[in-house]
Amino acid sequence: MFALGLTGILVRRNVIFVLMSIEVMLNAAGLAFVAAGAKWGQADGQVVFLFILAMAAAEVSVGLALVLQIYRRWQNLDADALSRMRG
Amino acid sequence: METAFYIAAAVAVASTVLMLTRLNAVHALLYLIVSLLSVAVVFYTLGAPFVAALEVIIYAGAIMVLFVFVVMMLNLGPPAIEQERALLNPGIWTGPAVLALILVAEVAYLLVGAGVSPVPAMVGPKRVAIVLLGPYLVGVELASLLLLAALVGAWHLGLRVAAKEEKEEISHAYDTRGARPAAGRDLVRAGTDRNPGSP
Repeated sequence: MFALGLTGILVRRNVIFVLMSIEVMLNAAGLAFVAAGAKWGQADGQVVFLFILAMAAAEVSVGLALVLQIYRRWQNLDADALSRMRG
Repeated sequence: METAFYIAAAVAVASTVLMLTRLNAVHALLYLIVSLLSVAVVFYTLGAPFVAALEVIIYAGAIMVLFVFVVMMLNLGPPAIEQERALLNPGIWTGPAVLALILVAEVAYLLVGAGVSPVPAMVGPKRVAIVLLGPYLVGVELASLLLLAALVGAWHLGLRVAAKEEKEEISHAYDTRGARPAAGRDLVRAGTDRNPGSP
């Protein structure tokens, strides 16, 4: 239920918002894993959540560096124009 | 425990929806932080305290610091000052503050009444570590490789930004030097290229 409500939100706004939406989606997936692991009393769900956490950290660092690069290259553009050239 | 789980889940969903409907990036970041914290509380109620602590430390700590840093970096100057003034407006931070207060009250209730209603099937850090370093050892190595690749990639992108800035600054100084002497650009060397006879 939670993941479904959050996965449909990726199509939003500018690049920063897209990155934040990706964060939320990864979080929802991790929540599903941990909930499943808690349901059957296994630790595997938490292990997979740790992997998701590491992947999210890596993705965010590279993504934010890319955002900075985009912003520096087209400096006189505001966030809306930035989101338009995202496609 | 059931009601605590549902309250935290409701806070998570509400803060996420509010995050998506904000126009300002900083407001959205506030709601996103509340959302991550509420997901951490959900983890705790699900009987995964280790993962809840990691969620708070890494997501709400490190990743959110990165986000806030970049957002603040992207709008420097007079608009940032306006934004700071607008952030002190109570209408903006009451929403996240109320949601966070709900979470704080819930955590306090959980910690006080922990002995009354035990967490169902608590999976502690020890079992997680045993499973993580047992069958999932290859995954750990792959995650370390991924983190290393991300580190190198982020460093490369940041380095290119810095090099480009340097180049632009140098070319800009070169352009202006043709028109008029670059005043005050280098304080140490200022005045050494002046003619001795000139005033």
